[in-house]
Amino acid sequence: MNNKPLLKVENVSKAFGGVLALSGVSLEVHHGDILGIIGPNGSGKTTLVNAITGFIRSDRGTVLFKDRNITNWPPHKIADLGLTRTFQVMRPYYSLPAFKNLIVPLFSGRARRSGGWRGGGKLGSRDTVAIDILEEIGFERDSYVPYKPASSLPTGYLKRLELARCLALRPELVICDEVFSGLSMSEMASMVPLMEKLRMEGITLIMVEHRLRELFRIANRLIVLNFGLKIGEGTSEEVMDSKEVKEAYFGSEEEVFSYV
Amino acid sequence: MANQKKDHRKERLDRGIKVRTDGVYAISHWTEMTYLLAPRALLIGGLLAAPLILSYFPYWQRVLSIICIYALLAIGFDFLANYVGLVSLGGGFYVGVGAYCAALLNSHLGLPPIVTVPLATLIGGIICTILFLPCLPLRGVYFAIVSLMFPLLAARIIEALNIFGGTDGIMGLDGFSSGWVEQYVLVCALLVSLFVLRRLVIEDVGLVFRGVKDNDQAVKASAINITTYKGIAVFISSALGCLGGATLAHIYNWAGLSQFGLDYSIIPIAATVVGGGGTLVGPVIGCILLVWLSEELRDLGTLRIAVYALVLTAFIVFKSEGIMNFATRKYQQFERWVHI
Ligand SMILES: Nc1ncnc2c1ncn2[C@@H]1O[C@H](COP(=O)(O)OP(=O)(O)O)[C@@H](O)[C@H]1O
Ligand SMILES: [Mg+2]
Repeated sequence: MNNKPLLKVENVSKAFGGVLALSGVSLEVHHGDILGIIGPNGSGKTTLVNAITGFIRSDRGTVLFKDRNITNWPPHKIADLGLTRTFQVMRPYYSLPAFKNLIVPLFSGRARRSGGWRGGGKLGSRDTVAIDILEEIGFERDSYVPYKPASSLPTGYLKRLELARCLALRPELVICDEVFSGLSMSEMASMVPLMEKLRMEGITLIMVEHRLRELFRIANRLIVLNFGLKIGEGTSEEVMDSKEVKEAYFGSEEEVFSYV
Repeated sequence: MANQKKDHRKERLDRGIKVRTDGVYAISHWTEMTYLLAPRALLIGGLLAAPLILSYFPYWQRVLSIICIYALLAIGFDFLANYVGLVSLGGGFYVGVGAYCAALLNSHLGLPPIVTVPLATLIGGIICTILFLPCLPLRGVYFAIVSLMFPLLAARIIEALNIFGGTDGIMGLDGFSSGWVEQYVLVCALLVSLFVLRRLVIEDVGLVFRGVKDNDQAVKASAINITTYKGIAVFISSALGCLGGATLAHIYNWAGLSQFGLDYSIIPIAATVVGGGGTLVGPVIGCILLVWLSEELRDLGTLRIAVYALVLTAFIVFKSEGIMNFATRKYQQFERWVHI
């Protein structure tokens, strides 16, 4: 692994009115990492994602991606560089077949430059490319799931659809905002190998979750946020053992095990 | 149900419209083709034949031209509002800009109408788009209000600075070589715009436009600049209005302040409501109805506006989906009485 970080966030702060949603958060992600960001509700996780991907302007701090200063760039330019994100609240085209949801990212300049999925990016073949991506991410082609209207899909598939929207850009770094939340146990179980597969394919991941068990399994490093402050960082074991984290995040020591 | 008979029940079948219009089934038999083509043929044939049919009623020929101008504005409005999410009240501005562009090109450069109309469409569209650029981040009612300021301001500025002929406007413009040219230019422009826009919204780029309307965050996260697409959409919509304005200037041989009038902002919206938003054809039908109605009511004098308002209200209350959505649904349904 080379030691230059793919993404470097330094001292990012953001206040909404009086609420300090982020105060001086720093982090580094290297190529091939799966970084987990955990924290209780309202701890500033989504705000951090928004600040990195340009959806809100941060008050202070810098964001470097591939050695470029992308602080407060517009989101579409950041995505164009290969840093994209999923949304906690998904709003697909419910009335359209699932695969049609990938037409928008496939229409982007980045997808065109990369020649589409598997290099077959001829004009007019976006539908085929979209279906290939969905198959890649676990939509069974034979069962016609990609052709079903998004409104008829269970949450598990919608989360995959949201992830597929990012993959259509052939990104280098994907930030997933709570892709595990709202999933059933079995849906989650099938999601974990998918994340590992993406990592094998060379996509670096940041997983924002408040579900811990799955995250502890796949993340190689964790960051803990509370009230906009980074209160812990390290491997799963280190984070779980840190007294400070236990107290701030889990309330009391006993509760840790109910979460994990 | 009011007309329910004893031991009979009305049964409603929804025809498999997806199959009938999408697959090879659609061209499998002449009845299927007729089913698809008849409504389209009716509209296209009707519009193309209208100037001929109306040749005995010169007054109504002029009304047809006005209908087409409003219809161009209305499909532009429908596209921008229902496919891109920008509710624009700038119709009066587009018409005025188109009219003044055509007038200046004609009076200063001496270009004939057949050149000024396409040029004014293009230049006018560019001018409108550039002026609207700062407003593109606005959403919903904020965009609507700001777009309404444009026609109001433009008229006041021309008046105050006394440019472009001031309150008199630019007079003595060349007319079209004949009424036929005037009407067929407009009818063909309308049909072509309708065809192109209906095509555009079902292409891949149409999904991008709809994304800008429904979920702009996801579009941004998909590495697409939404301002670019909003700009393209405003260009399309305003160019249609400018096309109408340019022909209007040549029809009346005059470009003046009244072409920034609010009628051009409001009637297209009313027509879209009456005809059915999001259908693109509906607003055309709405314009035909509304302009025809307002001509019929001309004798009523001031009562005209009241009747007009009542009709509009009735539509909004009783058929809020609009004529086109209603008709499409009925056309694709099949009702019959069955014995129980
Ligand atoms: N757009 C906003 N306007 C005002 N306050 C906000 C906004 N977004 C987030 N916040 C506040 O910032 C804090 C962090 O929120 P968020 O980042 O969504 O937390 P998390 O994703 O960790 O649950 C919360 O107190 C929330 O109320
Ligand atoms: Mg959140």
